[in-house]
Amino acid sequence: MEIPYTVTPRPETGLFNAKAGIWLFLASEVMLFGALFTTYILLRVGAVVWPHGELDVPLATVNTAVLISSSITMVMAWASLKMNDFKKYRRYMGLTILLGICFLIIKGFEYAHHFASGELPNKSTFLAIYFTLTGLHGLHVIGGMIVNSYFWGPGSRMWKTEPERFTNRIEVAGLYWHFVDLVWIFLFPVLYLL
Amino acid sequence: MEATNTHDIDIKKHVRTYVLVFVSLLALTLVTVTVSYLHLEMRAAIFVALTIATVKGSLVACYFMHLISEKRLIYSTLILTAFFFVVLMWLPLFAHSNPIIYKNVP
Repeated sequence: MEIPYTVTPRPETGLFNAKAGIWLFLASEVMLFGALFTTYILLRVGAVVWPHGELDVPLATVNTAVLISSSITMVMAWASLKMNDFKKYRRYMGLTILLGICFLIIKGFEYAHHFASGELPNKSTFLAIYFTLTGLHGLHVIGGMIVNSYFWGPGSRMWKTEPERFTNRIEVAGLYWHFVDLVWIFLFPVLYLL
Repeated sequence: MEATNTHDIDIKKHVRTYVLVFVSLLALTLVTVTVSYLHLEMRAAIFVALTIATVKGSLVACYFMHLISEKRLIYSTLILTAFFFVVLMWLPLFAHSNPIIYKNVP
């Protein structure tokens, strides 16, 4: 049985099915992170004192640049497929994965420093929400990297048989990856700068 | 063949936009970090940081996620999501300003 509307848009929505699906999923993700941002506001407004300047701003700035760079390489991977350039796609997708690894390594350094200084999630409400928000975001980065690695490696075989469907898959994977970038864009000032 | 060439030119135009957005995102990141070192009063700092983050987020959503030219179903879904997101953000502030709870606190 053939799965319908993987390439051609569904007449009722004007979208191929996976695209409608990923946007519904991202809407649920907005509410998930929204709940945690609300928790952050509640904890911060209710706190007598709130730590400031305890996190490594320069390191987080570099990490922000890394994630923004991974977003442009991801969109360039999709654009390369649109221009029928598979080699360029592989290069850009590979770069996206490497930048994702780079982001996690920098985050790992930060976490290691916190753990070495005894700054664990149970030490303060600030550290609890910091680890929850960045930890959940990190898990999303790992999830995105697993999908991207599949499309860089074994999943890319589809390009030979169904190039349009494969291009749509990369667009959907890209939407998720950009969302992960978007969440970090808000996490960075909220946790590190304010 | 001509159709493919037109399509390629369209994508190349998009690529130029992506690069421009990328540079803007990096520049705005530097601005937000620089402003944080000015040690503004807390309300002003929150306003500036969140305004810049919103601009950056909009750039990512509009151009990298192609929201600037999407179908109605996606806009409808996101409008509904945005409504509930705003309600969610206001909840702690409603709770904090609730006179009934705070009157009973000794």
